[in-house]
Amino acid sequence: MSAMARAATTTDAFNAVAEPRRRQILDVLAGGERPVSELVEALGLAQPQVSKHLRVLREVGAVEVRDEGRRRLYRLNGEALKPIHDWVSGFERTWTERFGLLDGVLEDLERQERGAGGDDG
Amino acid sequence: MTDKATMTLPSDTEILITREFDAPRRLVYRAWTTPELVRRWWSGHRGEMTVAEIDLRVGGRWRYVMVANGGFEVAFHGEYREIVPDERLVHTEVFEMPGAPEGEPAINEVTFSEADGRTTLSLLVRTPNRQVRDAIIDSGMEVGMQEQMDLLEELARSLR
Repeated sequence: MSAMARAATTTDAFNAVAEPRRRQILDVLAGGERPVSELVEALGLAQPQVSKHLRVLREVGAVEVRDEGRRRLYRLNGEALKPIHDWVSGFERTWTERFGLLDGVLEDLERQERGAGGDDG
Repeated sequence: MTDKATMTLPSDTEILITREFDAPRRLVYRAWTTPELVRRWWSGHRGEMTVAEIDLRVGGRWRYVMVANGGFEVAFHGEYREIVPDERLVHTEVFEMPGAPEGEPAINEVTFSEADGRTTLSLLVRTPNRQVRDAIIDSGMEVGMQEQMDLLEELARSLR
C-alpha cells in the first residue's frame, strides 16, 4: 500500500463507494477476486474507465490488488468497507423496520376497505 | 421481491430512500399522514411512539416523539411546505437535540407513485450541508448501537 499520502476518511471512502459504477465493481468483487478483464466485461465499460474507478477504490482502501503473472487481480477489502457499511446500515435499517411495520398497517387498511362496514378497529 | 429500503446518496447533501409497497398509494398516503397509523410504524422496533401530531396543511406543523427501548426520548418536528394529497408531501424536519440550538432544517420530499396497484414511495432528504447529512445517517446508527448496549446490559444483568 502506498503510504497514506493523504489519509482517506470514512467520508472519502463513502463517496468513493457511492458512485453507481463503483458500487457495481464492488458487487462483482463480492463474488470473489477478479482480473480487470472480467470487470471490464461485467460492467460493459472501456478498460481505462474501469481502471479509473478501480484507482479511486484503491485509494480509499476499498479494494486491494495483486499481480499474478501478467494479470492484475482485484479483491474487496472487507475490513475497510465495514465502517462504511455500519455507518449507513443504521439509518437504512431504521427505515427498513419502519416500512416493514407499515406493510402491516396497509394490510389492515385493505382488509378494512374490503369488509367496509366491519368495525374491528 | 424486495422489502428492504434502499438508500442512496445522490449528492453530498442528500439522502434518497425508496421502497415499494403492495398497496395503492392512497392507502400508503393515509398510513403516512394519520397519527394513529403513524404511531404503529414510525418507531420501528426501537421503541414506542408517545407523540404523533400532524397538522396536515401548508404551514401546519408535525411533531413525532418516541421513547427508545433504552429509555431515552427521540423527537423530531417540522412544518408542511407542500401537500398534494395521495401524491406528494414536502416538509421540513428538525431533530430536537436537547441543549443545542436548533439548526437549519432538512427538507423532506415524499413522493407516492402507483403502478398496477403497487406504490413506490421515495423519500428525498435534502440537508443544508454535508455535516447535517452525515449526522442524520449517524443518528440511525446511534439508535442501533443503543439497542446493542441494552442487550449487553440485559445479558450482564442475567449473569449476576
